[in-house]
Amino acid sequence: MIDKKKTITVLVYISMTVFVVFLLRLWQLQILKGNYYRKQSEKNRVRVFKIPAPRGIIFDRHGIPLVKNAPYFIASLIPNLSKEGLDLRGLSKLLDIPVEELSEKIAKHKKHVLEPIRLKEGLNFAQVARIEARRSDFPGLVVETEITREYPYGSTAAHLIGYLSLPTEAQLRKGFFAGTPKGTFVGQWGVEALYDKRLRGIPGKRFIEVDALGRQLRTLKIVPPRKGEDLTLSVDLRTQEAAEKAFKGRAGALLALDPADGEVLALVSLPSFDPNLFVRGMSQKQWNRIRKRPGHPFLNRVFQSQYPPGSIFKIVTAIAGLEEGVITRNFSVDCKGAIHVGRWKFSCWKGQGHGRTALRKAIVESCDVYFYEVGRLLGIDRIAKYANALGLGIAPGVNLSAEKKGLIPTTSWKLRKKGIPWYLGETFNAAIGQGYVSITPAQAALMISAIANGGTVYRPELLKDQPGPEPIAKLSLSPKTLRIIRDALVGVVEDRKGTGWRARSKIVRIAGKTGTAQVIKILGAVRKKLANKYRDHAWFVAYAPADNPSIALSVFVEHGGHGGKTAGPIVKATIEAYMKSSGYHVETPAKN
Amino acid sequence: MLRHRLRINYQSIRNFDWFMFSIPMVLTLLGIMTIYSATRSVLDTQPSFYVRQSIWLVLSIIALFVSASFDYRKLIGFAYHLYGIGLILLFLTILLGHTGLGAQRWLSIGSVSFQPSEMFRIAIIIVVAKYLSLKRSPLSASPLITLLFLFLLLPFCLLYKQPDLGTAITLVGIVVLMVLVKGVQRRILVSVLLIIIISIPFAGNLLWEGLKEYQRNRLVAFIDPQVDPKGIGYQIEQSKITIGSGKIFGKGYLKGTQGPFRFLPEKHTDFIFSVFSEEWGAVGSVVVISLYLLLIIRGYETAFYAKDEFGTLLSIGISTMFLLYVFINIGMTMGLMPVVGIPLPFFSYGGTALLANFICVGLLINVRMRRFILFY
Repeated sequence: MIDKKKTITVLVYISMTVFVVFLLRLWQLQILKGNYYRKQSEKNRVRVFKIPAPRGIIFDRHGIPLVKNAPYFIASLIPNLSKEGLDLRGLSKLLDIPVEELSEKIAKHKKHVLEPIRLKEGLNFAQVARIEARRSDFPGLVVETEITREYPYGSTAAHLIGYLSLPTEAQLRKGFFAGTPKGTFVGQWGVEALYDKRLRGIPGKRFIEVDALGRQLRTLKIVPPRKGEDLTLSVDLRTQEAAEKAFKGRAGALLALDPADGEVLALVSLPSFDPNLFVRGMSQKQWNRIRKRPGHPFLNRVFQSQYPPGSIFKIVTAIAGLEEGVITRNFSVDCKGAIHVGRWKFSCWKGQGHGRTALRKAIVESCDVYFYEVGRLLGIDRIAKYANALGLGIAPGVNLSAEKKGLIPTTSWKLRKKGIPWYLGETFNAAIGQGYVSITPAQAALMISAIANGGTVYRPELLKDQPGPEPIAKLSLSPKTLRIIRDALVGVVEDRKGTGWRARSKIVRIAGKTGTAQVIKILGAVRKKLANKYRDHAWFVAYAPADNPSIALSVFVEHGGHGGKTAGPIVKATIEAYMKSSGYHVETPAKN
Repeated sequence: MLRHRLRINYQSIRNFDWFMFSIPMVLTLLGIMTIYSATRSVLDTQPSFYVRQSIWLVLSIIALFVSASFDYRKLIGFAYHLYGIGLILLFLTILLGHTGLGAQRWLSIGSVSFQPSEMFRIAIIIVVAKYLSLKRSPLSASPLITLLFLFLLLPFCLLYKQPDLGTAITLVGIVVLMVLVKGVQRRILVSVLLIIIISIPFAGNLLWEGLKEYQRNRLVAFIDPQVDPKGIGYQIEQSKITIGSGKIFGKGYLKGTQGPFRFLPEKHTDFIFSVFSEEWGAVGSVVVISLYLLLIIRGYETAFYAKDEFGTLLSIGISTMFLLYVFINIGMTMGLMPVVGIPLPFFSYGGTALLANFICVGLLINVRMRRFILFY
């Protein structure tokens, strides 16, 4: 017989042990780790979808929007919903992507099964409509929306406004744009990049209850997105457009400032590019083709190209001479077309010479020999001091792009760099803005702007109506010196023999100075026959109205030949456009 | 003679164990509630599992009273017939049955699906109880060999073929335990143990080779659920999340999310305990586990009171079956056992299983209410 008592006692004990094991496990799962598992179940159930935040709009100084927010459509596939029987061939036809590329994209997806795979980006409305119409044939196919930009004025002011694009893989690897939600467009260039954080806004969140297949059941909570900050730039679109047009397809740069506070009124770097190309995304091949285009459209010439300033530097030499007391307005030189120092001959641009020349004539007609003499009297180091005080040789600090500092040579600089002493001939060259001296178009604008406002170099400001313009350099000028120089600069444009007569305007008195940066040193007769790439660069710095300046600008035309000829009309067109745009023309015609 | 019988029946009915009856009733009703919650429609209409389960419950209650009504000792006479019918049905399942989840377990009669392996449990317990009660204790070699081939290997192979490994292993467990209860000669016990120990590596390999892909994955996932939480470890991990997220008092009835949102697979069948635990928390879980413990202990108590050895072995077989099913199923949902597809008695959706379990409880009640009857 069975020993029932013993057997059944053992069995009851076994049952109780199982019971106790279960209790311990429940205690562990539901009490010790309950909070953890509760969170896990919430994570299962709730998906957070991003609501893209509209980006702040960028306006010109008169409130004209320079950019438009536009939806960016992406065809994506939620893998979990499409697991079974996805019609790859049909999908490939619908999205116009080869089947192999499609299946590769799907196979490569390593993330969560509810994370959408982006199949095709930057769809247009027609494509979106076609996909929406056929969505039921492809379970899991969704159209995601991001916000991107449209640039209605295309390449106009492209170097200033910049563009938006998705972060590149390299940027993501390096941790740029950390904290921006995945798939957000970011500013890559210009103001879009410089003020990216302010423009960007904060994306909203949509908390949605989903099932294990990723089907959305209901919305639990919505945190609305916060629109980015609108920015009003100091740039004047109409002036900008007029300036770009006036270049007539030439390469070059222009920076127009408000001399009173350094606000940027126009910023031109040509050739330009169409920022809209970046928005929709482009292939590496496309990008390489654009980048390698002749003329380097991605160089911001305003800050990044440095050239000898040529005769516009004579302003600096003249101021230095007057302020240092080595010359007066009546100091004169007899220009015979050249000057000899030892074996070396230093020519004036005018072969037959200017004859007896005082300061005003020397500036108006841009006599080189006169300034050789002034240079001899000053020495390079004293010239350099005034150049630096006018903002030359230092970075303007706008940070719109990498900035070149140019070069204002000194005796100690040469000794340090080249290990040999400074020669007098080099002073001659420097005094007329050739030789070692080099500046950027931005620095030229800062210099002329300082002349226009009485000596202060303000950091160029891209935004309108910012408090407290920031001086980055200051030159204390006697009013007398200022008067003499300004009078001469008016002469450059207004006098019959002035080198800048092409900039003369019927509606406003313009003051300025022309300049020519030599590319190679060859006699004038030969130069005319040279290929374009050996032709000189043209400079022009100017401000207007001459008696109460509201705009100061520098114009640089690559291979533009003599400064007055190609740069003069650009100065005129830009200043007249700004005068019209700021309402100046109403009062002036009556005066003349 | 007739009057004599009637008198006995009246006496027996007075001894009907309403406590034993009420436990499965409560468990099944909780089960139906949970099935409703687990399959409640979220986006698409699910078949109304809870309605079907309710219909099966009515049938099951009738079956319980029927199986409690006649003298259980009459089963001794039918035992081999029942067993034979059971084997034939298993054969038919393999030949004609339809497949679900990679296994062939169902026979369809019209629109009703029937899972013969569930009913077969009863047959094997009855036939083994009968066979053992006729033998002398402790068992010698020859009855053991008969047992091994007739009642163990044959059904095991048939179930293994389906494959319904969960049921197969459970049945082996029940039979082995019944044999041990009956008692085995010491020298045989020792040699069998030795043979088992020696053959484990070979048998293990053979078993592993014979497993289907999903079964191997389940074993791997059990050993390390983190292997691939979205893949083979998914069920275990999700089940633990489901139970754990219930915390002490649960999320509340119909407030669970893991089941209806389909994060938890097999939510209304094998993993129903997790869904219940999510909504009722540790408190509800302890109540349910206690009910099972009470039922099992009551079953063993019945075995103790049984007037004959057949009754004792029958009760032990049935109670052990409940114990094994509960241990494997709840252990699986808690991540203590590998995923083995056996349902939780009374709770899980499944008509045949419910019917079989109610018949088993009916048999327990039958044995218990006839404990005072004198044999004649």
